[in-house]
This record gives sequence, C-alpha cells and structure tokens, in this order.
Amino acid sequence: MAESGPTVLDRDDNAQDVRAKHAVDDQFEVRAAKAESRRGLLLALPAWLYLMVLFVAPLLIVTVYSFATRTRSGTDLSGWNLDSYRKLGEPIVRDILFRSLTLAVITTVICLVIAYPFSYYLATRPERIRNVMLVFVMIPFWTNFLVRNFAWRVILGNDGPLTTVTEAVGLGEVELLFTPVAVVLGLVYGFLPFMILPLYAAIERMDGRLLEASRDLGATGFESFRQVLLPLTMPGVIAGSILVFVPSLGAYVTPEILGGAKTTLLGSYIVIQFLTARNWPFGAALSFVLMAIMLVATLIYFRKGGKTL
Amino acid sequence: MWFDMGSRVLEESWVAEGDIMIKSKKLLRLLAVLAALALFASACGSGGDESASASSCGTDEVDGDLALFNWAEYIDEEQLAEFADTFGINATMTTYDSNEAMQSIIAGGNSGYDVIVPSDYMVSILIDGGDVMELNKDAIPNAKNVSDEFSGLYYDPTATYSLPYQWGTTGIGVNTAVVGTDFPRSWAIIFDPSFADEFSGSISLLNDPRETMGAALKYLGFSLNSTSEAELAEATMLISETKDRLAAFNTDSADEFLTDGNTVIGHGFSGDMFTQFLGTDNPEDYVYFVPEEGGTRWIDNMAVPVDAPHPCTAHTFINWMLDGDQGAALSNWNYYSTPNEAAKPGLDQELLDFVNDPSVVAGGPDSLELIEDTGDFEPNYSDAFIEARG
Amino acid sequence: MSVTQPRGATKRLLQFNSWFVYLFFYAPIVLLVIFSFSDSANVGVWGGFTLDWYSEFAESSQTRNALGNSIKIALVSTVISVVLGTMAALALERFTFRGKRVFDALLYLPIIIPDVTMAIMLLLFFSEAANILGFQKGFATIALSHVAFNISFVSVVVRARLAGMDQRLEEAAVDLYASRWKAFRHVTLPLIMPGIAGGALLALTLSLDDVVITQFVNGPGWTTLPVFVFGLIRKGVTPLINAVSVVMLVISTALVLLSLVTERVRSDS
Repeated sequence: MAESGPTVLDRDDNAQDVRAKHAVDDQFEVRAAKAESRRGLLLALPAWLYLMVLFVAPLLIVTVYSFATRTRSGTDLSGWNLDSYRKLGEPIVRDILFRSLTLAVITTVICLVIAYPFSYYLATRPERIRNVMLVFVMIPFWTNFLVRNFAWRVILGNDGPLTTVTEAVGLGEVELLFTPVAVVLGLVYGFLPFMILPLYAAIERMDGRLLEASRDLGATGFESFRQVLLPLTMPGVIAGSILVFVPSLGAYVTPEILGGAKTTLLGSYIVIQFLTARNWPFGAALSFVLMAIMLVATLIYFRKGGKTL
Repeated sequence: MWFDMGSRVLEESWVAEGDIMIKSKKLLRLLAVLAALALFASACGSGGDESASASSCGTDEVDGDLALFNWAEYIDEEQLAEFADTFGINATMTTYDSNEAMQSIIAGGNSGYDVIVPSDYMVSILIDGGDVMELNKDAIPNAKNVSDEFSGLYYDPTATYSLPYQWGTTGIGVNTAVVGTDFPRSWAIIFDPSFADEFSGSISLLNDPRETMGAALKYLGFSLNSTSEAELAEATMLISETKDRLAAFNTDSADEFLTDGNTVIGHGFSGDMFTQFLGTDNPEDYVYFVPEEGGTRWIDNMAVPVDAPHPCTAHTFINWMLDGDQGAALSNWNYYSTPNEAAKPGLDQELLDFVNDPSVVAGGPDSLELIEDTGDFEPNYSDAFIEARG
Repeated sequence: MSVTQPRGATKRLLQFNSWFVYLFFYAPIVLLVIFSFSDSANVGVWGGFTLDWYSEFAESSQTRNALGNSIKIALVSTVISVVLGTMAALALERFTFRGKRVFDALLYLPIIIPDVTMAIMLLLFFSEAANILGFQKGFATIALSHVAFNISFVSVVVRARLAGMDQRLEEAAVDLYASRWKAFRHVTLPLIMPGIAGGALLALTLSLDDVVITQFVNGPGWTTLPVFVFGLIRKGVTPLINAVSVVMLVISTALVLLSLVTERVRSDS
C-alpha cells in the first residue's frame, strides 16, 4: 500500500488543506485495508466453517472420551479421570514413540534426497513433457495402496523377483522381506509423490535466471544449489517434508505387511487401542499427544524455514 | 456459460463488504460452538432410542431389503442373490475385517444393518452393550437344525440373541516337504528352541493378541482365557523369546506364506489353511493340526442389531441360512465347518474328510477352548502382546 | 524455469535419478499387471496365462459396485476440496485477517490426526447426527469425510505454489482490471494452476485409497473399492485383486490422459 502523508503534489496547497486531504486519504487507506481483511476472511470462511462442523466438533467429542473410562462394551462417559493420560508415561510408550520418530525421519530424509533431483530435473523439461512426466509419477498411485504393498511383498519375498534378479546378476541372495529395510522401502515408495509434488511446484515457479546469474558470477553447481536454489525452494522442501513425515509417523499398514509386524509402531499402537483393546480413552489420549507433538514440531519447522509454507 | 454465471456470483460476493462480514464471523463461531455443544450433549446422553421389535414377525416374512454386514468372502454372492430373488427383495452385503470394527459401528447406532456376523466373544460384548435384539424363535423354525453341541454356549446359553453361522479352529499349518512328517503335534514346534531353531526365520504367529498369547498360555498349561497376571507374564516372556525366530506376525496371509515358501510353520485358522492347501498342486505336502496342549475353537454367529431397519427380513434370512441345503452350500463354498446338522449330508467329501479327521485336533475336542472376553482384564492381553513384540 | 538446463555430468546424474525413480515406481505395477493374468490362486506364482480373474471381476457385481462407488466419491470430494482448499490457501497467502493464525493451525489438524482417530470421531459424530436428523450413512457421509481431510492437503500444495510467487504480476493485474475477481481469474488463477492441479491429483489419490475412515462412516450398499479389497485380503490375496487394480489403473489413466489431451487441444486453439 502506498504511504500517505504530504507528497510533492501538495506543494501548492496550504498546510491545513494538505492535512485535510491526507486525513481523507488515511481514512481511505484504513477502509481499504479493512476491505482486504474482509475479503481474506470471506475466502477463508467456507473452509473454516466446514472444518469447524466436520472436524472440530467430532474432535471435541473424542476429547471427552479421552477423559472417560473403558468398559467391557464401550466407554463410560460419566466421571472424568486422567487415567489414560497417566498411562502415557509408561516406558513402552516412550519406546514406541522413539522408534516411530526415527523411522519417520529416515523416510523423510530419503524421500527428500531422491525427490529433489527428480523434481529439479522435471522442472527443467519442456512444458509439454513436464505434464506427462508428472502424470506418470501419479499413475502408480491410482492403484490401491494395499495392493501396492502386497506387490512389494511379492517382489521382496523368498524366491521373489528381486532375489531372482540379484542372484542371476551375481549379487547373491537378498532376503529383504520382513526386515526394517523393507519397511523403509515401502514407506519411501508410498510417500515419495508427496515430496515430489510440492517440491516441483516450488522449483518450477522459481526464476531460473537467478541460477544463471549465480553461475555467471562463478559459483559452482553445488554453491548455486546451496545458496540460491535451496533457500528459494525452501517452502516446497518444508511442505514436502511435512507431507511425508506426518503420515510416516502414523503408518501401520506398511510396517505390518512388509515388516511382519515384528515391532510395534505408533500407528499400530493407536489402532490396537481403538480396535483390539477397545480402549478408546487411551487411544484418544495417545492421538492427542501425537497431534500436539506434531503441531509443535510443525510450528518450529516453519519458524526456521520462513514464516509461511 | 455456467462458468461465467458462477464467476459473476463469485464476483459479487467477493465485492460484498460491510457489517455482514463481521456478523458472519460471529455467527460462524456461534454455530460451531452450538454444533459442538449439541453433539457433546447427545454423546453424553443415552443413545439407541428406537429399537425395532421383531415380536410380530412371521416365518418367511419380509419387511424390506436386507442389509447384511459380514466378513469378506464368507458367503457366495450368488447365494445371497438367491435369497433376494426368493423373497422378492434386494440384498446388499457390506464387509468388515474385525469384530471390533464391526462392534464400533453397530454400537454407534443407526448403522443401517439388519444382520451381523459376530464371533463368540463379541456376541457377549454386544449383549452386554444392549446392541443386539432378542430373536423371535417363532420366525426361525430352522433353529432346530443347529447341532446339539452348539447349545449352552457361554456367550448366549439359550441362543436368545444369536445363532451359529460357521465355526473352526486355530492351529498350526506345516509344510511337511521341508519339516518332514515326524514332528510332535505340539506348540513346541514353535516355542521350543530345540525344535524351532532349525526353522528360524520361517515361522509365523498370528498378529492377534488373544490368539497368540493364548497359544503361549496353552503351551504353558494354562487356560487361554487366563486372568492371572503371573500367567500372562510367563506367556509374554515366551513370546518375546520366540520373536526372533519368526518371519512375521501375520493373520491375513499366514496360510499363503506357507504355500509360497515364506514360512514352513504357520499359526492360522482351519478353513483358511484348508482352502489354501487345496489350491496348490501338492496339497499332500501340507498338514494342519491343533496341538495336543489345546487351542482355540471359534464360532461365528448371526445376530440382529437392536435398531435394524428390517428385523423381519433379518429373521427370514437367518432362518433361510439355517436350512440344510443352504448350510451345505455355504460350507461347500467357504470351506469352514458347519454347525448345521441338517447340512451335513450335503457337504463335499473333501470337506467331510477334513472335518471328521480326528488327528486334526491332537488333544481331542476337550482341549479346545472358546475365547471369552475378560472384561476389564482385556487390555492386559494387548499390552502383553505389544510388550512381547518389542 | 526452463532457462537453466543442467549440463554434462550433472545432467546424466539427474537423468539416471529420474529413470531410477520411474523404475522404482513401476516395478510393483508391472508385477501387478503380469500376475493379473496368472492362472494361480497364489499371487507371485505364475500359473499360465488366463483372463479368468478379469471375467470374475466383470461378473462380480459387488466388485463393480465398489469400484463405481469409489470413483463417484473421489470425484465429488475432490471437486469440493479443491475449491475450498484453494480459497483457504489464497486467504492464508494473500491476506491478513483476524484469526489467521488459528485458521492456519486448524488446517493442519486433519493432516496430523491419525486415520483411525478421525475415523472413530466421525463415526461418533455421524451416528449422533443420524440420531437427531434421521439420515442414512453412506455416500454423503463418506464424501463429506473425505473432503474434511482433503481440504488441508489441497491447501498445502497450493500454498507451496503461492508462497514467494512474484506478486507484482498480480498487483499489476489489479491495476489493469477494474475488478479483483477478473484480476484473479485472468492472472492469478492461471499462475497457480499447477498447484491446483497437483492438489487435485493428491485429493483424488487420497480419496481413492482411504480405508479406515471410509469403513467407519460407511452405510449399507456403499462399500468402496479399498474397503472391499481390504476385506478380500482377510480371506486371501488372489490375482482377482490384481485384476481389479489394473482395471482401476486403466480407467484413471484414461481419464487423466483424456483431460490432458483436451487441455492441450483447448490451449492450442
């Protein structure tokens, strides 16, 4: 917004008239700002309303459950207690949390390392090819998620295609199924597009001439990357990291199918509480703590990476 | 054209200003709070107001379409369609993959389903929660077809709320081509290192706290419905010692792992194992048995939710399924065991051979136990299982 | 961005990475397709060529229903969430207003909430709502639930596009066009279209894949494909699942390629 106040155009007016005129300008400024703010709110309103009714309200119901008591056939809502939250202090919860965090971080880093060069290369292709390439990235993900996991189970299994190939090539037998490596592979596979899309969007809208300028000024490729490309595409990096990290933290299907469910991760732990153990209060308490951690982590991540996404 | 009209509307609303906006924001907040309060209040209040009554249902009477809520692949689509045609209605089937998921949906109320298929322990939970209705036996004359061994069941002694659908056992499947035929018919082939170490990495246990902790408890000589923390602790130790010998904990594909070579010893369900073995080129290489220390017998049942929209249709369906011919058709299709005495003459020979083979249950029928819900002790089982898994 | 072309070793490395990524993505798909023609109940064992699984799929009305339901729900929920999500993204990136930070945080909740928790809370919500308002759970409840999480995902992708975009173009447009709406429609919207398209693709995928939430807010006759497949897997994985997936794949690919072609035709003319 242009600043108000005496300008060169006011030279010929007397002081009082100048003040009066700019007072009107100021008022106009304020009203314009308010109009902007209202427009913003109007834009946000539908989504806000939607989420209040279809997300926050249900969430409040479950919050109530976290303070309730488990019964044989359901949950007894009368009488509030903190038992579920106290149960969160048990060592097993800490172990599970730590394991899940480690897995999520590893998955996110690997996705970033693979996706960044890919998205960059994609962004340098001619426009027609870019769209086609993007579509071909998404196509595998229009098969059912479970089916994809089962396909990997076949590939990585004993006497499966992978080990057949490695044996034929002379690399020997490879037994990946039901190992942590298989789980990471499965998670990376499942979430790579979530890293590629935002990264691509961020890289693509960057002004390529900045990189050229950097090169002209004598920077090496790596220096250009570190000091020009990466900072400018940081919003995409952050968006992608969140879209990968968060579901990885709560993943339970892939660890079960590809990992053989040999360790308990946070996602399974929560599902077990809601379903197998029918312990909704504890499941709710676990969910809230998880969400709180993620919300805080997201906020911190944002502050470090810039004010917005 | 519609896009232009839409844009004009948007343009106008974009431009709208004034107090309307501020009022809208306040209204929005108010609405949200009201919505939350209303739902909160009703969540605290009693659910399940209208319960349908089946007391007036006659035999073969239908009061609308059938909405069946069942496990997947548990009934032939064609058999269901036949039911629909016979009675001139529509029949839909929606599937669930666990008793607990089904119970959550039914207990929530207004699920829209007429017939559900809960397992034994889940029936007792549903009865406890008031979620299933008393059956009107006048509308189910075929109930007399149910085998005598299915009367006096702990979860529904007088069959007031449920009638048996299919049943089976949980035991161990073995690939005898690798393991040989000379192994003890005992849980020891999984839990005893002197035997099991040889097959380390090729064994699977069910990913189910009650079944797997139950197997350990049986091996240790306890009941699989134990409510003793000491006994459960011993079982936990056993599982955590066994864990490193396992390829996986898996329920859905335990039988497939056996036939595709990922495991040679697998903890699994009778019907699944049986079907899977028969589907290979070399079924004689596989054997299924319930260990001599004992194991689980499970019974799935038909029941009617208390707020079922079409209770009469529900009763007619249950009655129809308990007919001898329908019972035989069901078992011949899903290869589980039938509780229906009148269905037995119609069963396929292979199925009969499998079911009647006494060596399948190594410890004899008395070694089998039904899983019972242990009430407040129940979370201990999943906690123990999680601890054992690491 | 097409200005800076990589050269030499960098280019070869990037190309290699791209090929690796595509190989990685398509390995299971190739397997899926191959074994959908396998005459063996065991996926992973080749038993000779057959079309039986496809005919089983064609004959199974349950499977076809599930597929149809999934597609309907995915389309409806994607359209709604793209509109709401884009508006939300614009609000957050281009305006300031009271409560903006709260709205920002609110949009994150559906992303970070565990699936099963959201499933249970929506189950409770809809069951109570059904008690009060007397409607039947099914298509509407599933679609509404999918929109509930998709809005956030769409907004994340669109925001990544908007953030740091050169706003002078938009400001110039405001000066040139009398109305802000026209400025938006003719300048901003085309600029953020890749973000919107990306968000739409993401929303479609998430909706088509959703199992847990759909299971819990479902009603009779509205089983979706992933829920159906989930149930089938309990019984045993057979190539029928492969056949179903391949059909789904072919349909969705055809749809997207079709839209790409029509877009190209439209932009060419």
